[in-house]
Amino acid sequence: MTKLFLRLRRPALGLLTAAMLGLCGLVGAAAPAGAMVIDPSLPDPAAEARAIELSKGLRCLVCQNQSIEDSNAELARDLRRIVRERIAAGDDNETVKAYLVARYGDWVLLKPPFKGLTLILWLAPVALLTGALALAGTVYRRRPEAVAPVPLSPDEQARVASLTHDPAASGPTKS
Amino acid sequence: MTTPGEPRRNLLYLLPVLVFAGLAGFLYQGLYLHPSEIPSPLIGKPAPAFDLPAVEGLPGGLSRADLEGKVSLVSVFASWCGPCRLEHPLLMALAEKKRLPIYGISYKDRPEDSRGWLQSLGNPYDKIGADRDGRVGFDWGVYGVPETYLIDRQGNVAFKVVGPLTPEVLESQVLPLAARLMK
Repeated sequence: MTKLFLRLRRPALGLLTAAMLGLCGLVGAAAPAGAMVIDPSLPDPAAEARAIELSKGLRCLVCQNQSIEDSNAELARDLRRIVRERIAAGDDNETVKAYLVARYGDWVLLKPPFKGLTLILWLAPVALLTGALALAGTVYRRRPEAVAPVPLSPDEQARVASLTHDPAASGPTKS
Repeated sequence: MTTPGEPRRNLLYLLPVLVFAGLAGFLYQGLYLHPSEIPSPLIGKPAPAFDLPAVEGLPGGLSRADLEGKVSLVSVFASWCGPCRLEHPLLMALAEKKRLPIYGISYKDRPEDSRGWLQSLGNPYDKIGADRDGRVGFDWGVYGVPETYLIDRQGNVAFKVVGPLTPEVLESQVLPLAARLMK
């Protein structure tokens, strides 16, 4: 049996989850009432806001493309707790990040840092775009001047005239 | 009708093909990467300091000092972890050969569950520490059990395997490296 961990920070979500749990109960699912763990939040609202902001930029390592703020995984819950611990201990944002990076590597940051190894990652899009623009520029510049439209032959002019019923254009004209 | 510019332009037409080939090469290689294996920043660095109590009812306990002066394996396991069951026979076989000490960290597990697990499957560990709240696991960068760490004589982390040990990984990577470290 897997334990069910729920974060009930957002009241609406909490209500919904409660309703869903209730439904499960009604249906008679054999799941035992799981341990509901509510994240303790920091008493200082500004610090709590910082914790949430930081958590949004930290990767949940088991779910990989979710932030720890969004994930219900147990590890994400642990990491949220540790982020709050560090903030309560007086760390600034960079120090908290460094604390996690020392253990899990840069991978824990959803936004990769700008450094030697990640230079390609950051610069490739810019390089590709400038390359493509330069290429397009040279290709279009080298294209021969647009050829002036060939004047219509008398036959064609007559046909145009007959189709448009324009008396002025009827009759052969010099070209 | 050939103009001097033409061979160059032909090369230009080849460019998209080359770009495609390059991209395809990269993506093909990407098929064989394992994004779930996160490289550990601990490799080559000293194993984190820790001092874990014994699993209740079992002798021992495990601390950083146990890892010094010898090449050893540290295996992070839990009774609730399915893949741990998969690798357990491999650890048992390795323990029988007595090539290197195997230490266990019981990760976020109830002591009675850990004891039951070791009783029914056998105990390959020379010493076990209980990490009830996962705090030591966090310091080690554990994100999925089982995880296995190879520690060198100086107590540095030499290698890390995430997920169950397989005979291939053990024979082709872990043990050869351990043998080199023991020299």
